[in-house]
Amino acid sequence: MKPLLTLARILCWSLLLAHAAHSEDPKRPATYAIRDARLVTVSGPVVERGTIVIRDGLIAAVGAGAEIPKDAWVIEGERLTVYPGLIDAKSEIGLPSSAPGPRGDAARGASGQQLAETKLPRGPQDRPMATPWKVAADLFSPTDKRIEAWRNSGFTTLVSTPSGGIFSGQASVINLAGERVSEMTVEPRAALIVEAPSGRASPGFPNSLLGRVAYIKQVFLDAGHYRKVRAIYRKDPQGLKRPVYDRALEPIGQLLAAGRPVMLPGNDLDEVYRSLRIARSLRIAKHGGVNAVICGGHEAYRAAQQLAEAKAAVLVNLNWPSKAKDPDPEEEESLRTLRLRDRAPSTPAALVQAGVRYAFYTGEKEKSGGVFANVRKALKQGLSAEQGIRALTLSAAEIFGVGDRLGSLEAGKIANVLVTQGELFDEKCVRKIVFVDGKKFDIPAPQPPKHDEKTQEGGTE
Amino acid sequence: MNCRAALSVVLLLWVWLGALRGQQATVIQGATIITVSGGTIENGSLVIRDGKIAALGLSLTIPEAARIIDAKGQYVLPGIIDCHSHMAVHAINESGVPVTSMVSIEDVLEPEDITIYRALSGGVTTANILHGSSNPIGGQCTVIKMRWGEDHAGLLFKGAPPGIKFALGENPKRDSKKLHPSTRHGVIDVIRQAFQKAKDYQRSWREFEAGGESGKRALPPRRDLQLEPLVEILDGKRLVHAHCYRADEIIALLRLAEEIGFRIRTLQHVLEGYKVAEEIAAHGAGASTFSDWWTYKVEAQDAIPYNAALMTRRGVLVSINSDSGEEVRHLNREAAKTIKWGGLSENEALRLITLNPAKQLGIDHRVGSIEAGKDADLAIWDKHPLSVYAKVVTTFIDGKIYFDQEQDRKRQKAIAEEKKALLAKEKEAEEKRQKPAAKRKKQTGLFATGAEEP
Repeated sequence: MKPLLTLARILCWSLLLAHAAHSEDPKRPATYAIRDARLVTVSGPVVERGTIVIRDGLIAAVGAGAEIPKDAWVIEGERLTVYPGLIDAKSEIGLPSSAPGPRGDAARGASGQQLAETKLPRGPQDRPMATPWKVAADLFSPTDKRIEAWRNSGFTTLVSTPSGGIFSGQASVINLAGERVSEMTVEPRAALIVEAPSGRASPGFPNSLLGRVAYIKQVFLDAGHYRKVRAIYRKDPQGLKRPVYDRALEPIGQLLAAGRPVMLPGNDLDEVYRSLRIARSLRIAKHGGVNAVICGGHEAYRAAQQLAEAKAAVLVNLNWPSKAKDPDPEEEESLRTLRLRDRAPSTPAALVQAGVRYAFYTGEKEKSGGVFANVRKALKQGLSAEQGIRALTLSAAEIFGVGDRLGSLEAGKIANVLVTQGELFDEKCVRKIVFVDGKKFDIPAPQPPKHDEKTQEGGTE
Repeated sequence: MNCRAALSVVLLLWVWLGALRGQQATVIQGATIITVSGGTIENGSLVIRDGKIAALGLSLTIPEAARIIDAKGQYVLPGIIDCHSHMAVHAINESGVPVTSMVSIEDVLEPEDITIYRALSGGVTTANILHGSSNPIGGQCTVIKMRWGEDHAGLLFKGAPPGIKFALGENPKRDSKKLHPSTRHGVIDVIRQAFQKAKDYQRSWREFEAGGESGKRALPPRRDLQLEPLVEILDGKRLVHAHCYRADEIIALLRLAEEIGFRIRTLQHVLEGYKVAEEIAAHGAGASTFSDWWTYKVEAQDAIPYNAALMTRRGVLVSINSDSGEEVRHLNREAAKTIKWGGLSENEALRLITLNPAKQLGIDHRVGSIEAGKDADLAIWDKHPLSVYAKVVTTFIDGKIYFDQEQDRKRQKAIAEEKKALLAKEKEAEEKRQKPAAKRKKQTGLFATGAEEP
């Protein structure tokens, strides 16, 4: 009798718990419907008056005739516009503050040790400035206060890119809401990051731009070779010398084999050419085609054709070049510098014209500037608002291989949604609500100026 | 009126298309043509077509619709070739290891370095861009043409044999970080060991490839970007340009190369070359030196301005280089000094900066002299190029004008005007931004609506 009772109790409790889980729990995504709103789907035409249904963290339905479920919280969408949540395609927010030393964090502040290392015989393990095993999602802090600030501007996702060294790590696509990174992460190993830090010369190879380029090429070659010999060995090890295990080459080879993109620096014209050369040399070498993503792009308006031919994608830094704060009055700026400042915002339009895939990143570290004002500069130089929206949403998702999950308003996709009053790039646009993984966040109304100045100091908005 | 406008557009288009296809011929008339290889033609004509020198001589049939350049009283010289330059690059030295054969100057070209344009104004059309001298075996060199205004690919001298920099003496041994050899013996030893490794590497690939045929199983060797260029040297496919000063280190290097089994293509600087000229000639190395620089460092104490002439007289193929963004503008005068010091003939002196460096770089079938069939790389000078008063009027590369005094004046004016306009535009935007700033403080903060950059 007693065991039966216990069993019944357990059953009762579990039923209750199960029920509780399905009822209104503020932590769990509820069902929402925004009706009669203007829907900018990005993947398809704009729906002038339609409904979007968000359920269980996904977009359940979208369109003029979408049915509103009975249990949905209904938001009247009159005068509202719904966009896919914005994506910051390259960002260091959420990552431990990186004050990158010239040789990456493995050797940071340990130049003596580094010196000793370079004296050792050079073997496959001796790869300075290479930490490709670092995955952004493993380093990301969900408690970073900037996450909320980014979200309040309409960003629901960022591509997190650790920096430091040359092979700095792996970029992760992370949604901007949640308590655990494990839940926030959309794609942990989205891309391989290659940087060409310009820091001061340090002892040991490579200590110059020349060396860095050669080093990058060699590491890619080695990664291709590593995969090849390990595959041969795994298939039939009998009679073969065992290939070494290499912590750096392992993830590089895996990412390349998975067709993941490689992020390469390319802010000025020469850097773009250099990175394209690296990408090209790898393709010719047939060690796996490299899907190059050129980052920076301020002078890429001059290389649009070459970028198109190389089938490279570009991440354009929206933080356009500006005049130095306290310039030397004696120093005359070159025509190239002046032209760059004037024309950098023409890059997006030039890339569109040449048929180059590109996305935007804010290029912001703390809280300065205005990303939308920066997009408007690009609009003034020939970009259409539609193209600008795509660059902040679906294009970014596609470049990082998550276009099937993010970046547009489509049934079945992750419910990352931005609701505004007014056109996104309009000066008077008010961002009202964001949904991240179906969780609703109301964007605080604009603050009166006095209070505003205070929060600017505190940096807590 | 409309009709005339349309006609002129069509005409312009036709000229432009013609220029694009390189169809329109250019004729330089009435000049003294210093061919360097085949004498001097007084009051001669020269026809340029499709980027090549089509014909030259006293009386030529002038092709229809040719662009005629009247060069009466002026001189035409082959484009000057600088066998040793560090212009147009973002980085010169990789000093992290003693052997940096994996790095390549081609990776760091900077096509907008103004030195290129200044070199054009000195009649220079080609230069060998070298890695620095911080390593016994340095990086790969790149031969470029001064195609000012073109991009990285446009700068390259396509078809020029690849090169590499070596360095002996003070520079590679002065590194205090103990990563490098600290004596001349050490420098030679580093080179010897590197080639030993390269031979092992070459063997490992050969064995692997042979093994594949015999059916013996082996893992493919790793491709090594540091050793591959050294294998190319062993195979005679890559030219070695070795920075050196003292006679003893020169001899040591020549012997080492002979021992290992490759040739030194040129000795660079080679200020004591006159002491060992016979040995240099016997090895078959060229020498690329300065006209009259000396005592700027200990190993340059024994330098003499007769060096170029003395080596020439003993059968060494000699050139004079600039190694400098300043001197590259007056290599003609540097060559002229060898007439005063050493008594070279005018033609011998001019060869030091034209045909001889072309031979040293393995591009003499294309450039270095004025001959039918060669690239139309040449300059028109207002006086004899060996005169200190001579100035370049026009410089051609592949038949295209890349520098012209008159165009230069216009260009400078246009640049100044564009700068002024851009600065004015910026200032205007700045003022606009500051005025309504007070009003617009309603909603600021991160990415706030309407917030402009601070």
